[in-house]
Order: sequence, then C-alpha cells, then structure tokens
Amino acid sequence: MAFDTLESLKGINREAVIDLLYRMADDELIIGHRNSEWTGHGPILEEDIAFSSMAQDEMGHARAYYELLHQLGEAEPDALAFSRKPRQFRCCSLVYLPKGDWAFSLMRQFLYDSAESVRLAALSDGSLTPLAQLALKLRGEEKYHLMHGRGLVLRLGSATDESRRRMQGALDLAYPHALGLFEPMEADEPLAQAGICPREGELRAQWESAAAPTLSAAGLAVPDNAPPVHGGRVGRHSSALTELLAGMQLVYNIDPSANW
Amino acid sequence: MNMTARLLASIEPPPSTDAGRAAAVWRALENVTDPEIPVLSVVDLGIIGGVNVTEARVTVEVTPTFVGCPALDVIRENIRTAVAAALVLRNDEVTVKTVFDPPWTSDRISETGRRKLTAFGLAPPGERHDPYGAATCATNSDLALVLCPHCGGSQTDLESIFGPTLCRSIHYCRDCLQSFEHFKPV
Repeated sequence: MAFDTLESLKGINREAVIDLLYRMADDELIIGHRNSEWTGHGPILEEDIAFSSMAQDEMGHARAYYELLHQLGEAEPDALAFSRKPRQFRCCSLVYLPKGDWAFSLMRQFLYDSAESVRLAALSDGSLTPLAQLALKLRGEEKYHLMHGRGLVLRLGSATDESRRRMQGALDLAYPHALGLFEPMEADEPLAQAGICPREGELRAQWESAAAPTLSAAGLAVPDNAPPVHGGRVGRHSSALTELLAGMQLVYNIDPSANW
Repeated sequence: MNMTARLLASIEPPPSTDAGRAAAVWRALENVTDPEIPVLSVVDLGIIGGVNVTEARVTVEVTPTFVGCPALDVIRENIRTAVAAALVLRNDEVTVKTVFDPPWTSDRISETGRRKLTAFGLAPPGERHDPYGAATCATNSDLALVLCPHCGGSQTDLESIFGPTLCRSIHYCRDCLQSFEHFKPV
C-alpha cells in the first residue's frame, strides 16, 4: 500500500495521520520554545547559539508539520500554534518540563533527538510519500542536533564529580517523561497496518537501544523500570504547559488578525 | 504590471514560446540571491526544484536548504517579483511552491557556487560521509577535514557545530590563526 498524496488518505488512515502529525508538530513547537529560553542565557556563547539554533530548527519543523495538517483540512499553521488551548495540544510531558539547569535541557534534548531520529528514519521508509520526503529532509538536519548532544553527554558524564552528578540527576528526572514520547495510541494499528509509521512500542524499543550506548559510554545509569509518564498524547497536561502557552501565545492573542 | 516590468518590456519583449519563457525565468533566477549569503543566487544554491511555464502562469518549485530557514519567505517573494518582471506578468500569476522532492542536499550547490562561497570566506560543504547521523557519529565526521577558505590550510578544528545561521558551523585554522565559517554538509 502506498499513499502518493495526502488527499489519497481516507477514513481511519486519514484520522490516524492527523493524530500523528499533531503529536510530532506539538512536540517540535514546544521543545523549540523551551530551547529558545536559553537565548541570551546559555552557560557559554557556543551553547547559547546551539540551543537558539536548535530552537529555530524545531520551530521550522513544527511549521512544516502544521502545513501538512493544514493541507489535510486543519487550521492555518499560526492558528494551530497560537490559538489552541492546552488540552488541545498532543505533545508529551518531556518537551514542556521547565528548562531547569543546562544539564537538564541538554539531557532532555539528547533523549528527544535520539527518539526523533528513530521515528524519522521509520517515517522516511514509510508509505505516505509527502511525509516520507519531509522526514528524509529533516533527518539530514537533525543529525547535527544529535552530534551536539552525544558529544556533550559523553564529555560531561565523565568530566567532574559535579558534571556527572548533574547529568545523572537530569537523566533520572527526564527518562520517565522520555518514555512518554511513545505513549501507545489508538492510531498505532491503522498507522502500522498502512505502513505509514511503526507502532509506538516498537519505536520505543528501537530508541532504547539507540540511546543506551551513548549513556553507558558516558558512565550514566538508565533508571530501572521507570514508569512512563503518559497522558500528554490525549491532552492531559501539567500546569507547566499551561504556563508555557500563556507566555508563548500572549502577543498573538492580543490581535489574532494582525498581519506580521 | 509594475514599474520594473514595464521598463523591461519596453527594452525587450518577453519571449513568446514556452521554452523561451522558461529560459527567461532561469535567467531571472540567476539574479535572485540568498539574503543570508548574498554572493549566491538561488540557482547556484540549487534550491530551484523546477520551472513550469504555461500560457499565463509560471510555477517555480523551491526545495529549501533548511526547513526552518527564516530567509525562505523573503527568497520566495524575491523569486516571485523577479520572475513576474522578466515575463511581464502580475506577481499573482507566479506561484512559488515549496517542495521536498527533490530533497535539497548540499551536493546541489553548483561548482560556481562553491567558488563564490570560498571567495566570500565561507568554506563550501564537503562530501556527506554521514548524511543521516549513524550511531557512531559523535566524532562529527562531516565537520572534520574542512579546508580554511582564507589560506587553504588543512590544520583546522571544529569550534562550534552551530553558527550565525542554521546552515553554518564555526571552525579555527591553525595555519593562518583565523576563525572561519563553513556551510554544513546536509
């Protein structure tokens, strides 16, 4: 089965793709916004630039996904980003946790990027051509995020007692939320059967084996049997997202019809 | 018809065949530059996916360098204006469409483009050894072995994977002791 265009998606497949795109777009937008909070506040200039650049990338990727959603009949990209209420967002909790110290933001970004690279690799081999093409393009950009994350996780895991302590603390805090990236969904079956995207459980297993070698080479211990934090994918969020959106959407909502 | 279009029309009438009109579009695109790298035209950069000319309509396909590139909207608008002027059309008769097929990679930058980048002081992208980030790439293989655009030296170190625009990394040359920027292979 192959879907050359978005228009060729019908019924349950169409609904499932819309659901998947919202999850991916919202994750990108929100982690991008969180990363932008380091602009002007990075611990060193290079990291200020790195997090600002990654923020710009992720927001651009969110816009590309929102464009696909718009082609599927959803609202305009700006309206999707700035007009929806917290419960309408489908991001996981990992992306909206407050930025914390730099170790936490770095670890979160590493876990997120390794998960994204697994998902994009699968999507670029998938049967929905417009999404496969976009995923292939994004993989080429995301590799630099992963290089950045891997390099620093490896160095900081074994640099000083303080850096190791902070990185392990960041991993312990972030890991259960990272598992929430792969919350099982009703859309899993139709997406897998149509060859568009593998089931979340399968992606999770691939991600765990992809991230483990770096973490273990850095001397960091993955928490045992961490219970995944679920709920984000169905719109159940903590106040952290509400507060983030209140700030991010403030200016747009003063005058939604303004021409920027 | 805008002023520029009128002026151009008075000098040279637009070609009447579709092939002639397509050639005129490509010539116009040679003069549209990337605002973040003003020495490169959109043709040098390889972001034109295709040109489709019909009776009273032109479609230009643009395949973005970086999906989040903030210059993209400006580039699209500049393409629309330049193409409309070249064919004496209204701006709304020119469609600029974003496509990901063909996907842009840095291999699409022309030889001329690479020479212009070096002269501009920006090291051109090298070969893509690791296009999608294999499991063992913490060594940044695509960002090692970058030649200094100032002195041609090969004793260079990666300083930062990220730079002043999404497409650039920052390096240091131990031969001429200067830092320089590099267009990342993607």
